[in-house]
Amino acid sequence: MQIKKNIAISESGYIFNPSSGESFSINPTGVEIFNFIKEGKTYEEIEQLVLEKYNTDKDTFDKDYHDFIGFLKQYHLLDYGEKEN
Amino acid sequence: MEKQRYERPVIKKLETNMPNKYGLRTEYRPMTHIDGVEVTQLIQDHGSPLFVISEQTIRRVYREAKKAFATRYPKVQFAWSYKTNYLDAVCHVFHQEGSWAEVVSGFEYDKAIRNGVDGSKIIFNGPDKTEMDLEKAIKNESLIHMDHLDELYSVIELATKLNKKPKVAIRVNMDTGIYPMWDRFGFNYENGQAWDALNKIMRSEKLELIGLHCHIGTFMLSASAYSAAAYKLADLALGVKKKYNHDIKYIDMGGGFASKNTLKGSYLPGSDVNPTFDDFAEAITSALINSNFEPDNLPLLILETGRALIDEAGYLLGTVISNKRSSLGKRTTIVDIGVNILFTSFWYDHKVTPAQPFTQYTEDTTIYGPLCMNIDVIRDSISLPLMNKGDHFVIHHVGAYNMTQWMQFITLRPKVVMIDANSNVHVIRKGETIDRITEFEAIPKHLEGFEL
Repeated sequence: MQIKKNIAISESGYIFNPSSGESFSINPTGVEIFNFIKEGKTYEEIEQLVLEKYNTDKDTFDKDYHDFIGFLKQYHLLDYGEKEN
Repeated sequence: MEKQRYERPVIKKLETNMPNKYGLRTEYRPMTHIDGVEVTQLIQDHGSPLFVISEQTIRRVYREAKKAFATRYPKVQFAWSYKTNYLDAVCHVFHQEGSWAEVVSGFEYDKAIRNGVDGSKIIFNGPDKTEMDLEKAIKNESLIHMDHLDELYSVIELATKLNKKPKVAIRVNMDTGIYPMWDRFGFNYENGQAWDALNKIMRSEKLELIGLHCHIGTFMLSASAYSAAAYKLADLALGVKKKYNHDIKYIDMGGGFASKNTLKGSYLPGSDVNPTFDDFAEAITSALINSNFEPDNLPLLILETGRALIDEAGYLLGTVISNKRSSLGKRTTIVDIGVNILFTSFWYDHKVTPAQPFTQYTEDTTIYGPLCMNIDVIRDSISLPLMNKGDHFVIHHVGAYNMTQWMQFITLRPKVVMIDANSNVHVIRKGETIDRITEFEAIPKHLEGFEL
């Protein structure tokens, strides 16, 4: 699972999909996770990074992460290539 | 190093020119304190959910209302509408401010007496007054506002029996140009019922006709309707003066003033568009002053407004139980406040403010209560800042009707606390316990014991 290569994201969380013309806004936690996925980090790595930085727990993060990924899928921002997991 | 506050990741598609029912973000700052007391501390000490009443706010709003009328009219008296919130502590604040009591049942009447209100300063409204209630009211020289002819005949009979001259008024209903017209209470002005009742009272010579009363509706968004009502009551009062040379001592305009809540379906927030006390006062007092009363012999103006005086002083604190998605992907948040304690969520889009810091990101959300019932919806559609499980929030303007119309249903009713001017917290109603509920029940002998 990867972020599609042509998707652009700004530091403030503005996302543009040039192939569809759609744009999105994500919050700072979303930007971090989005970039982690873009960098090819695994779920376990992302989880560890988030738990180190934020005052939350595994269960909450697990639920929120999959909810977030669900929306990235729905908005066609993900690419399922060789690295699909 | 201290960890940062977690906010769940969210992504929102940016769409232009797409109006929706969720509206825009309304919350910009968390409500961490109420009258100097920390919200999280209140919940820690008294549990969640928790009703909080601000004594200062009651007094401030009451004084604003009083000022709006007293600066326009020489004789003004407020009477606290017990049904709106009859917690004793709340009633005491209003009585300390000078309000009489306005009650609509024997239960409320007894509550006012127990609170120490002099019988002659209790206005007794409503269609259901038992003979026992009426006898008590007559003996205490309370102001009996009659709703129907059966009651009028009962009062005449009791006057003879007790050899007393009860102080009475009639409730008048009328067309004030609003919809729906409330015509179920009292005697109609336009079709002559009101005059019929007044003639019966005056001809009986057993009753002292002391006032005229109306209550034209609820959550009135038009002040001008009160002007029409005041003119019609003035017309009746002047007619009685002309016909029987009898002075009507007071005109009671009832209540029904809108509070600052936002009605469901309203495009703009109630705090911006609902009429103010000045608007209502201007409409009512102008009508009375411009009618043909002699300037030095104006009747006392009584007001029974409840909702507009107490709504703002009431807060309901709660906690997030869970964040979910609906089948269509819509965000839903479950909280520990149900419609059984927030009855007014059927009428209003209540303002909800998180009690801890949040960012500018929101999600279009439906807020559900904790009851296992489909009707338990606190907000259908709200652009809500992101809150985590266990976070607290404050629901605003819940002071009217929720603490009288609430139900013990599925769960127990919570505590009510009042914060005084010095930020001291007082429990004014204890939380319910299972023993308190079951002490009213009994199990017949043959139902005792079973095997499963």
